Amino acid sequence: MDLVRKWVQALVFLLTNGFWSFPVTRGIYQGPLKVLCSPGLNCYSCPAATTYCPLGALQQLLAGIRMALESGQLFVGFYVVGTMGVIGSFVGRMVCGWACPFGLLQELLFKIPSPKFNIWRHLRYIKYVLLVVMVILLPLFALDEYGLGAPSFCKYFCPAGTLEAGFPMLILQPGLRANLGLIFVIKVLFLILFIVWSVLASRPFCRTSCPLGAFYGLFNKIKLVRLRLDPVRCTNCAACHDVCPMGVRFNEAPDDMECISCFACSKVCAYNAINIEIGGVEITKQPTRGATPKPQKILP
Amino acid sequence: MLEIGIRMKKQNDKATKQKIKIAPFVAIFIFLVLGAIGISLGEPARVLQQATQICLECIGIG
Repeated sequence: MDLVRKWVQALVFLLTNGFWSFPVTRGIYQGPLKVLCSPGLNCYSCPAATTYCPLGALQQLLAGIRMALESGQLFVGFYVVGTMGVIGSFVGRMVCGWACPFGLLQELLFKIPSPKFNIWRHLRYIKYVLLVVMVILLPLFALDEYGLGAPSFCKYFCPAGTLEAGFPMLILQPGLRANLGLIFVIKVLFLILFIVWSVLASRPFCRTSCPLGAFYGLFNKIKLVRLRLDPVRCTNCAACHDVCPMGVRFNEAPDDMECISCFACSKVCAYNAINIEIGGVEITKQPTRGATPKPQKILP
Repeated sequence: MLEIGIRMKKQNDKATKQKIKIAPFVAIFIFLVLGAIGISLGEPARVLQQATQICLECIGIG
């Protein structure tokens, strides 16, 4: 399953970044595919990007909402939120494990040999604050003199945008270098922080700071495709704790909003207690791998 | 002993019982409707317009 996941990650990366003539055009893709939503965090100002980033598009719509409403256009984000919601309802945070280019980059960085550290569990709540404050409230209410908001998360924080769009555009269009300022320096520092942190800890950006992951995580309890714990087979051996790249204790919280359905836990479970469920129907029930589950404690 | 056995069987039955969940289908329907409203309002054209321009502000330049 891990090999399949790697192939899917590579395929989605290529599909959402399929404009390879950018070194010739020295600009971004401007074709009709950009009306489609990238499931993962993939900056649409990246020269190779062929789809739009849901977070970027949502912030842009919210930032210009007053102007749109004044001109009689109801561009309030229905299409973008609808698309994100459909993706979330189908697979939730499975997107993070299977279809996010920035998640893939963090996974690759974590393979670099180095001392490895855990991430304090409570840091996971930062991403919800970022979602509410930087993606929704600031673009809506922090206005300039023309009554326009700014895509605050992209502008001040997003390390994916700095890596995928900031640096490539500075190389492709040297004239832009004259516009560099403190904001870009701050963004580069965030990027360096997450790159170094990704070598030392598993998926730090996904776990602490990704508002898109925070949004998809809200669907983890109701999503169509999910991992399911078989409480009869589970012996609470905690083997799943040690392998989870997101720090999820699957046997304690199978619907954890952090679960990215990467199947790492399913792979190590000697009792096959973790299976795939689609719409409530379990589809991968297998016999235990030679091991006999411990009897469950029956409560009086 | 018999009571424990019955209780264990009930627990097993409950755990293995497969029931189609409606919640994901309801959520998918709601967001499809939301997306359709957006399409009817012409929002994809606005999204396309934004996505085909380099947003320097978005990438921290300018």
